[in-house]
Amino acid sequence: MKTLAPASEAELAEIVAKTSEPLRVIGGGTRPIGVPVNAQPLTTSGLSGVELYEPGALTLVVKAGTPVAEVERTLAAEGQRLAFEPMDHRGLLATTGEPTIGGVFAANVSGPRRIQCGAARDFLLGVRFVDGQGQVIRNGGRVMKNVTGYDIVKLMAGSYGTLGVLTELSLKVLPKSHATGTVLIEGLADAQAVRALSRALASPYEVTGAAHLQRGADGTPVTMVRIEGFENSVAYRAGELKKILSAFGEVKIETDPERTFAAWRSVRDVEAFHGRDGDIWRLSVKPSDAPVIVSRLHGAEAVYDWGGGLVWLLVPQSSNATEIRAAVAKTGGHATLIRGNRAAGVFQPLAPAVAALHDGLRARFDPRGILNPGLMGRAA
Amino acid sequence: MEMPAPNPAILARKADLVEKLQSIMPRDAVIHEPAETRAYECDGLTAYKCPPLAVVLPASTQEVSDALRICHEMGVPVVPRGSGTSLAGGALPTEDSVILGVARLNDVLETDYDNRFIRVQTGRTNLSVTGAVEEDGFFYAPDPSSQLACAIAGNIAMNSGGAHCLKYGVTTNNLMGVTMVLMDGTVTDIGGAFLDAEGLDILGLLCGSEGQLGVVTEATLRILHKPEGARPVLMGFNSSEVAGQCVSDIIKAGVLPVAIEFMDRPCIRATEDFAGAGYPDCEALLIVEVEGSDAEIDEQLETIMEIARGHDPVELRQSESEEESKRIWLGRKSAFGAMGQINDYMCLDGTIPVSQLPYVLRRTEELSKDFGLDVANVFHAGDGNMHPLILFDANKPGDLETCEALGAEILKLCVEVGGCLTGEHGVGIEKRDLMLHQYDPADLEIQMAVKDVFDPKWLLNPAKVFPLASSDARRIAAE
Repeated sequence: MKTLAPASEAELAEIVAKTSEPLRVIGGGTRPIGVPVNAQPLTTSGLSGVELYEPGALTLVVKAGTPVAEVERTLAAEGQRLAFEPMDHRGLLATTGEPTIGGVFAANVSGPRRIQCGAARDFLLGVRFVDGQGQVIRNGGRVMKNVTGYDIVKLMAGSYGTLGVLTELSLKVLPKSHATGTVLIEGLADAQAVRALSRALASPYEVTGAAHLQRGADGTPVTMVRIEGFENSVAYRAGELKKILSAFGEVKIETDPERTFAAWRSVRDVEAFHGRDGDIWRLSVKPSDAPVIVSRLHGAEAVYDWGGGLVWLLVPQSSNATEIRAAVAKTGGHATLIRGNRAAGVFQPLAPAVAALHDGLRARFDPRGILNPGLMGRAA
Repeated sequence: MEMPAPNPAILARKADLVEKLQSIMPRDAVIHEPAETRAYECDGLTAYKCPPLAVVLPASTQEVSDALRICHEMGVPVVPRGSGTSLAGGALPTEDSVILGVARLNDVLETDYDNRFIRVQTGRTNLSVTGAVEEDGFFYAPDPSSQLACAIAGNIAMNSGGAHCLKYGVTTNNLMGVTMVLMDGTVTDIGGAFLDAEGLDILGLLCGSEGQLGVVTEATLRILHKPEGARPVLMGFNSSEVAGQCVSDIIKAGVLPVAIEFMDRPCIRATEDFAGAGYPDCEALLIVEVEGSDAEIDEQLETIMEIARGHDPVELRQSESEEESKRIWLGRKSAFGAMGQINDYMCLDGTIPVSQLPYVLRRTEELSKDFGLDVANVFHAGDGNMHPLILFDANKPGDLETCEALGAEILKLCVEVGGCLTGEHGVGIEKRDLMLHQYDPADLEIQMAVKDVFDPKWLLNPAKVFPLASSDARRIAAE
C-alpha cells in the first residue's frame, strides 16, 4: 500500500475527514510498538520544521514530522537539549528510517534521565492534532505552567496515535550540562545493585542516571550512577557518592566525556540486547521489586534503568506472556511486549473500570475507530 | 459571575437526601443545618458565596464511594472540596449541591525511602506531607503559597505549582498513582509506586481537571532528598524591562535556579512595611535561589551575579546566613498578605512566554491607568507565571465589576502574546467565561467530551471550567 504523506496539517485533516478506511499512523516508522495494525499507512514525516525556538524561554515549537536528529541539532547549537533523553529504538527493533519528534511523544519515549527530570510527557507543553473526524484540535500552549482547561496534552503523549494524529508540538527544553561523571561498581548481583542505586537516588546529589547491566562491556555486571552539572560540582558529588557506595564494593569514577556518553547511550538504547534472539519486554515496577520479578522468570536476562524501576527483559522466543504479566501484576506495575509475537497483545491488561474509560475516550476522539485501530488493544 | 439556578426538584428532596447520606456515615459527618452549611459557602474567592444543600465529610474511600453513589442515583450535583483555598472558585457550591469535603481523609498510608514515594489520603495538607518525611531528610516538591492549609486533593484537582516548580515541576510531574472514585461510586486505582502509569495517561488528565472527573482519595507522591543547602540572591533594578531581560539571560546561561521570583515597586513597598525583609526600594526586584553544597552554590551564584552585573542593578546582595535567607523568602511569601492589609485585591494567574515579560508589564500598566485601578505585580518569573494583583475597594459600588473587567483584559493580553489564562490557580468560575478567548469551540468540545466519559450526567462540579453557555446543553440534558 502506498503511504499517504500529507505536506500540511490541512491536507492531513482532509485525508482523515474523507477516508472510509482505517489508517496506520506513523512518524518515521522506527518504533513498531503495539499490536500490529493492518491499514492504510499515513505518515506525518511531510510535516517538518521548527516553527519557533526561544532559547531564553526554554521553549521550542516544532512540527510533528521533524526528525529527532534535526531537533537535537537545533538545540545543540544553543547549548540545549531534550532533557528526557529519548531512546532510539532502531538498534533494538532492527528498524531503519528517521525517528520523528512526533513519534517520541506518541510513544512517550524517555531515557535514563527520566528518573531525575521527568518523562517525555512532562516536557510537552502544547499540541495540535487531527482527531478521528478530521478536526484540528489545540490544547495547552507554549508556556511552562498552564492549567487552562483539561490537560489533553498529557493524554496525547503515549496514546500511540490512537486518539489523534499529532501535527505540532510545543516543548520545554533545558540547557546541556557542562560535565558528566559516572560512578561505577562492578560485580554486584541484581538485588545488591538495586539497593546501591536506591542509596544513590535517596541522596541529595541529584543523580541523573541509575542503571545496572547484568553484563557490562567485558561481561562482568556493572552498576552505574550518573551525575551532571558544572565541573567542580560533578567532581564533588561523585566523591560524595563514592563514599556512600563504598559499602557495596570498589567504586570507580569515570569522567571521560566520550566513554561516559557511550555508556549511557548503551543504557538508553538497551544495546546489550541488540542483535540477540528472543522476545523483549519492558517492565515498569517498584524498583525494589525488580530483582525479585526477574529472578522468578526462568531464563530471563535483564537491563535495569531508572534505579531498577525500568526493566528491559530478554527472554526465549515465545515465552509465556501470562507468566511475565502475572509476576508484574503480583507486585504492581506493568509489562509491555516490545519485540516478539505482538498479535497476541502487547500492553498490560487494564482494570475493568479503567478499560471502560479508555474505550469511552477513544469513542469520543475517534468515533469511527479509524486511527491505529486495535494498537493499544487488550491481550486476547 | 453567574451560577446556574438551583433545581427546585433537588431542593425539595433535601430531607430524603440527608437521611440516605446519614445511613452510610456517622451523623456528625453529614452537615445540613443552614447555620452550619454556611461555613462551606465559599473558598478563597470570597467575592462569591452560596451555602450548599448539605456537606459530607467521609472518612474512607468506601464512604466517598457510597456518598457519590447516593448523589448519582438522586441526580444531585457534588462539589468536591479539599481545604477550600481555591482562588478561582473551584469549590464554590450551588444551592442544590452537596459539598464533599476530604478533610477527614488525612492519614499517611505508606512511606518508602528506598523507592522514594509516600502514599497519603488526599485530605492531608501539602506541608504536612513534607512534614511526614522531613526528619528523614526528604520533601514533597510542589509548594503552593497556601501549602500550610491546602490539601493534596485540591493540589491534584488544580495541578498546583509553587515557587520552586521551575526546577521540580508541578503536581502532575510528582504524582505517581491515585485511588479515584467516579461519580457513580466506582472505585479504581491508576498507577502506583512505579513510573509512567499503565495505558493512556489518565493521571495526567486528572491533574488540573478541577474535580470534574472524579474524587481522588489516595495519592502516591514522589518524594526527594532535600538538597544540601539553598541560598537566595536579591537583585534590584530600575526598570521592569531590564529585570525581565536578566531573567531570560540567566535561563539561557545554563544555570537552572530552583526559583526566580519577581516583585514590582508597589508590591515591594507593601511587603517591606509588612515583613521588613530588607528589600531595596526600586522598580523591580528579583529573588533568585540556587541549591547544592556551599561550593556548588558559590559556583552557580557567581555565574548568576555576573549576568546581573551586566544589567546595572541598583542592588545585588547574596544572603549571608540562614536567617537572612528566611527573611528574604518571608517577604515574598507574605506578599499577598501584605497587599491584603492595605487593600482588597484580586489575584490573577496568567502565564506568558518569558520573552514577553517586558511588553506585558508595560501594557498592564497602561490598562491599569485606563481602568483607574492600581495593579501590583508579584510572580514566578522563571516560568512566566504572572500574578498581577488588582487593587479595589469592595465597599465601593461598581469597583468589583471594574476590577473583573480589568482582570479580563489583562488575561486576554496574556493569551494574545502566546500565553494562557491560568498557570496554577485553575479556571473555576473566575475564568470560565474567558475560555473562548483561549480555545476555539472545537477545542472546548473535546474537553467537555472527556467529562462525558467520566461523568455522563455532569454532576461533579458541573458549573465550572467551561462557559455556562457552552456546557448548558450537557448540564440540562443531565437534569
